Amino acid sequence: MTDITPTQSGNGLLAHLGHVMRENPVTALSFGLFAFFVLQAFFGHLLVPYDPLATNSVRALEAPSGDHWFGTDQLGRDVFSRVIVATRLDLTISVLAVAISFVIGSVLGALAGYWGGWLDSVLNRILDTIMAFPLFVLAMGIVAALGNTVENIIYATAIINIPFYARVVRAEVNIRREAGFALAARLSGNGHMRTLAFHIFPNALPPMMVQVSLNMGWAILNAAGLSFVGLGVRPPTPEWGIMVAEGADYIISGHWWVALFPGLWLMLAVFTFNLMGDGLRDLVDPRRRT
Amino acid sequence: MATRWLPILWRLVQTIPVVIGVVIISFVLTRALPGDPAVQFAGQMATPESIEQTRVALGLDKSLPQQFLIYCKALLQGDLGRSVATGRPVLTDLSTRLPASLELTLTALVLSCLIAIPLGVLAAVRQGSWVDHLCRVLVTAGVSLPTFFTGILLIYVFYYLLGWAPSPLGRLDFVYFDPPRVTGFFLIDSVLDGDLRTFAGAAKQLALPAITLALFTLAPIARMTRAAMLTALSSDYIRTARAAGLTPRKVLFGYAFRNALLPVVTTLGMVFSFVLGANVLVEKVFAWPGIGSYAVEALVQSDYAAVQGFVLAMALLFVLINLVIDLSYTLIDPRIGFSSK
Repeated sequence: MTDITPTQSGNGLLAHLGHVMRENPVTALSFGLFAFFVLQAFFGHLLVPYDPLATNSVRALEAPSGDHWFGTDQLGRDVFSRVIVATRLDLTISVLAVAISFVIGSVLGALAGYWGGWLDSVLNRILDTIMAFPLFVLAMGIVAALGNTVENIIYATAIINIPFYARVVRAEVNIRREAGFALAARLSGNGHMRTLAFHIFPNALPPMMVQVSLNMGWAILNAAGLSFVGLGVRPPTPEWGIMVAEGADYIISGHWWVALFPGLWLMLAVFTFNLMGDGLRDLVDPRRRT
Repeated sequence: MATRWLPILWRLVQTIPVVIGVVIISFVLTRALPGDPAVQFAGQMATPESIEQTRVALGLDKSLPQQFLIYCKALLQGDLGRSVATGRPVLTDLSTRLPASLELTLTALVLSCLIAIPLGVLAAVRQGSWVDHLCRVLVTAGVSLPTFFTGILLIYVFYYLLGWAPSPLGRLDFVYFDPPRVTGFFLIDSVLDGDLRTFAGAAKQLALPAITLALFTLAPIARMTRAAMLTALSSDYIRTARAAGLTPRKVLFGYAFRNALLPVVTTLGMVFSFVLGANVLVEKVFAWPGIGSYAVEALVQSDYAAVQGFVLAMALLFVLINLVIDLSYTLIDPRIGFSSK
């Protein structure tokens, strides 16, 4: 149970990162893939050969070729361009959802873990209730109730992820509430809030980072799943879940490329975040290194 | 002997606040609907007067706490409202479709347990071997698979390319008649009826969706089994058992596996949460007439009573499953009786 010390130099961290990457090529691969997706999200729309919304009924449902690397869909749109452009929307949804649940979960968990008492009991009851729902089903219900928009997909995904963050932070804060360094911080004149925010909470960050990476994967899957059942993103917009749903109608007639490529990209993105979670765990917690 | 039942009773009591919470959330979801429910329930040909009548009939003119009481009263009578799309009570719709979902889910879970648990055990016993690596790849790949995508891939390979699977539409090909309804599970009902051809037909239809769901649940179960087995194998009682000269077989299955099983059973609760969600997606892909595809159709048609009924039913089902899992945990673990609080 060692706490991270602020004396650790930035240089040492970089060296450690290099060491972890060399030690475990899979981790290096996951960081590489992550960079690949981030680049797509930022510059994808500039790089793609076709307009993702431009239809061309003459060349509908063409198999992959030199012109159309991933083939064309039922309206003659270029699947490659759509898959690449969709990256931004899918990543945005999951990043925002995870950010919201990170912030709300941290605040609630930290307060409950620090003060305990009725606040803690009430929060635990609420979290238990959220967890009592099958999470994807709850997300469906929330989107149905709030209205069928992209923002509501983000809120729904955020709500179902809050319990995970709140629990991690609550546990980490709770075990350090009476720790020596926390008491020392209080004695030297810091208020409760300041001690909690700047002395205790940072210790919860390493396990949180791992959680963030794993959650990103879930958030993408969740958002894509919601669009797959027809919630949130509306059809002409390129989005992986919707593209797979559209392609599903053509798979029975053998037009595999319409569904395969968006599905592969979705899978690869989730895979990247899951691998990164394991890598981050190695990075922040040397004891767990395998 | 009374001490043995105390934790079970305590666990039963603990579900009460959760059920109340679930009902409150589903009430809030019902009231947060976009638009005016009265307009929706009054139908297409509604006049302002008939909308007002519906509003009074539904109790929507009353205060929220009063509405909540009305909602609870209706729930206690099994009234989940009426589906706009099918025109039947939501409860009737759900209960006719529930067996299809349960058959799919349970088959998938049994299938994935049969594969994942031996795999996890082997991976833990032969740590670092190819089985371990296989387990690791499977676990990481498995959690990344979007169920709806795996389903589509399986359809492409086994229906379109190989032609092994029947067309992915529903529970039974139209050449067969539905077996007489006893349990609602086609596999069981057809056997009870003595109709083996229908049984084979139902099994064929069930294979692909069940495999899709099983692939999805493989990862968490295998991962947990491996971790729990590793913990068990490195503990002191295993060292003692080995030192006492027990056969490796006895040590592995009699001591390590039995102890490792407990955390695995608890993980099943979490797995169920994922499965019930993934069920919705798989049912849509395979046009499976369960409650998941019912909810998807309802969503498309903005049939909110049906959606909310579905969410509530799934939540209650999940609470029930967790209760059963925890109770079986209490019953399996012999230590519970002595260390009761």
